[in-house]
Amino acid sequence: MRKMIEVFDLVRSFGPHKAVDGITFDVDPGEVFGLVGPNGAGKTTTIRMLTTLLRPTQGRGVIGGYDIVRQAREVRRLIGYVPQMLSVDGSLTGYENLLFFARLYDVPSGECHERIRHMLALLDLDHAADSLVRTYSGGMIRRLEIGQAMLHRPRVLFLDEPTVGLDPMARRSVWDHIKNLRTTYNTTILVTTHYMDEVESVCDRLAIMHLGKISAVGTPEELKRQVGRDNATLEDAFAYFTGSTMETGGTLRDTLRVRRTARRLG
Amino acid sequence: MTPLESEEQREDWGKGTELSWAKRFLRELSAIIAKSYTMAEMEVRKLRHDPTELMTRAVQPILWLAIFGQAMSRVRAIPTGGFTYLQFMTPGILAQSVVFIAIFYGLSIIWERDMGVLQKFLATPTPREALVLGKMISAGIRGISQAIIVLVVAAVLRVRLRVTVPGVLGVLVVIMLGAGFFAGLSMIIASIVKTRERFMGIGQVITMPLFFASNALYPITIMPAWLRVVSVANPLSYIVDALRSFLVTGDLARVPLDLGVLVLAGLVVTFVSAFMYPRVVA
Repeated sequence: MRKMIEVFDLVRSFGPHKAVDGITFDVDPGEVFGLVGPNGAGKTTTIRMLTTLLRPTQGRGVIGGYDIVRQAREVRRLIGYVPQMLSVDGSLTGYENLLFFARLYDVPSGECHERIRHMLALLDLDHAADSLVRTYSGGMIRRLEIGQAMLHRPRVLFLDEPTVGLDPMARRSVWDHIKNLRTTYNTTILVTTHYMDEVESVCDRLAIMHLGKISAVGTPEELKRQVGRDNATLEDAFAYFTGSTMETGGTLRDTLRVRRTARRLG
Repeated sequence: MTPLESEEQREDWGKGTELSWAKRFLRELSAIIAKSYTMAEMEVRKLRHDPTELMTRAVQPILWLAIFGQAMSRVRAIPTGGFTYLQFMTPGILAQSVVFIAIFYGLSIIWERDMGVLQKFLATPTPREALVLGKMISAGIRGISQAIIVLVVAAVLRVRLRVTVPGVLGVLVVIMLGAGFFAGLSMIIASIVKTRERFMGIGQVITMPLFFASNALYPITIMPAWLRVVSVANPLSYIVDALRSFLVTGDLARVPLDLGVLVLAGLVVTFVSAFMYPRVVA
C-alpha cells in the first residue's frame, strides 16, 4: 500500500546537539500514529520538519508523495498543523479565525461560509462563533485551532501535544472531536503526546522517541507484548524501551513552555 | 521498510504540477495579492473589534503638535519657507507618527512566533511574500487611521492645510508606501534579533535618530553637512517631503523623486524580509 508519510534517516542538528538523530518510520493512509516521548525527545522537531517549518540536516521525508524540502508548497497543501502553542488570534472572533485560514488554504470562496458553519457545528462552537476568541475556554480554543487546520480537508493532520494543559473533561472532548473529524474526512493523523492513556485509546500505532532516536515502533499491543511481562502497561513498555520514565528529559525551556501553555489553556 | 524508493509513485501523485513558467508566475502573483488582502482585512477587523489602541497611539502626536509645536511657533528661528511653524511641522509629525507605528511592526512577527500563529501560518501554502506584504499593508492602514487623527488635531489647532482631492489621495499613497517600507524594515530587524527584548532595544535606539536626522522638525538646509548626508539617506525625509508638498506647499516638483525612492525601497525590503522572516521560527 502507498504510504501517506515516509520518513527515512531524518536528522536535525542544532549546533553540536542532534535534536533528531536519524529516525525512520512510515504511516499508512487513515492511520493515527503517535509520537511518544519525554520533553526534549525530538518530537516537536520532527513535526516541524514534516510540516516544512524546519529543514532537515540530513535524511528525507515524503508526505503524500511529495518531498518535504523540494516540494514544500505541495506538502503544505496536503497538511494541517496544530502547533503546541496558541495559534488563534484572540482579538478576532471564532468565525473570523476560521475564515482567515479558509482563505489562506484556498478554500473556494463560494464554499467558505458553508464549510466554516459546518466546522463550527462539528466542533460544537456554533454558539460562540461571533464572540472574540479571548473569551473562549482552553478546550474551546484547542477545538478552534483544530478546526482551522481541518477546513481545507487535509490528507494529514499534525497535532503537537493537542491536550497538554487541558483538564480531563476538555481532553475528552477534544479527542472526541478529533475522532469525529477523522471519521468524517478519513484524515491521517500524526500526534505527539505525553499521555499514555490517550495513546492507548486513540493511536493505531506509535513510535517511542528518546534522545532523538526511535526506540520502538508498533501497535500499543505489540509494544506491551515485547516487554515480556504479564499485564504490562504502555508505561512499562515506555520504560522498557527507553530505560527511563516519562519524567526524565526536557530542559528548563521546555518546562517553561509547557507550563506557559498549560496556564494559557487552563 | 523500503527507503523511499518510490520515484514512480511520487511522479503520479505529483502530476499536474508542471505548468508553464508564465502561468505559474501569474498564479503566484494573484495568490500573493489575494493573501495579502486577506491579511490586511483581518487587521482591519481587529481594529474594528478593539479601537482603543488607535486612541492611545494618538496621544504622542497630539503632544508634539499642541505643546512642542505651539511653543516653537513663537521662536521663528527656523526657516519654514513662508509658512507658520505649525504648518511646517504638521506633515513632519504625521510622518513621524506613521513611521513609529510601522517601525515596531516587526514585533508582531516575534510575538506571533512566540504564540504559535506564525508556525501555523508558515505551514499553509501561502507565498512568503504575502505575509510581508500583508503586514506592510496593515501598517499602512494603521498609518492612515493615525493620519486622520493627526489631521483632526491640526484642524482643531487651526493649522491651515491644503485639502484637495488629489492632495488627499497623494497623502494616502505616501503613507501606505512609507509605513510599508518601515514595517518591512522592522520585520528584517525582527528576523535578525529574534527576541522581543532585543527588538524593543533596537527600536528605541533607532526611532529618535531617525526622527531628528530628517526634515520633520526643521529643513535640511539648516543642518550641518554631515547630518544632511544622513538626512538624504533617511527614507523618513522623503515621506515628510512628499506630505509637505501635498499638504502645505503645493509644490509637487520633488514628489516623483520622493515616490520613486519609497517604491524602490519598499520593493527591496519586501523581498529581503520575505526571504528572512521564516528564520524567526527556526
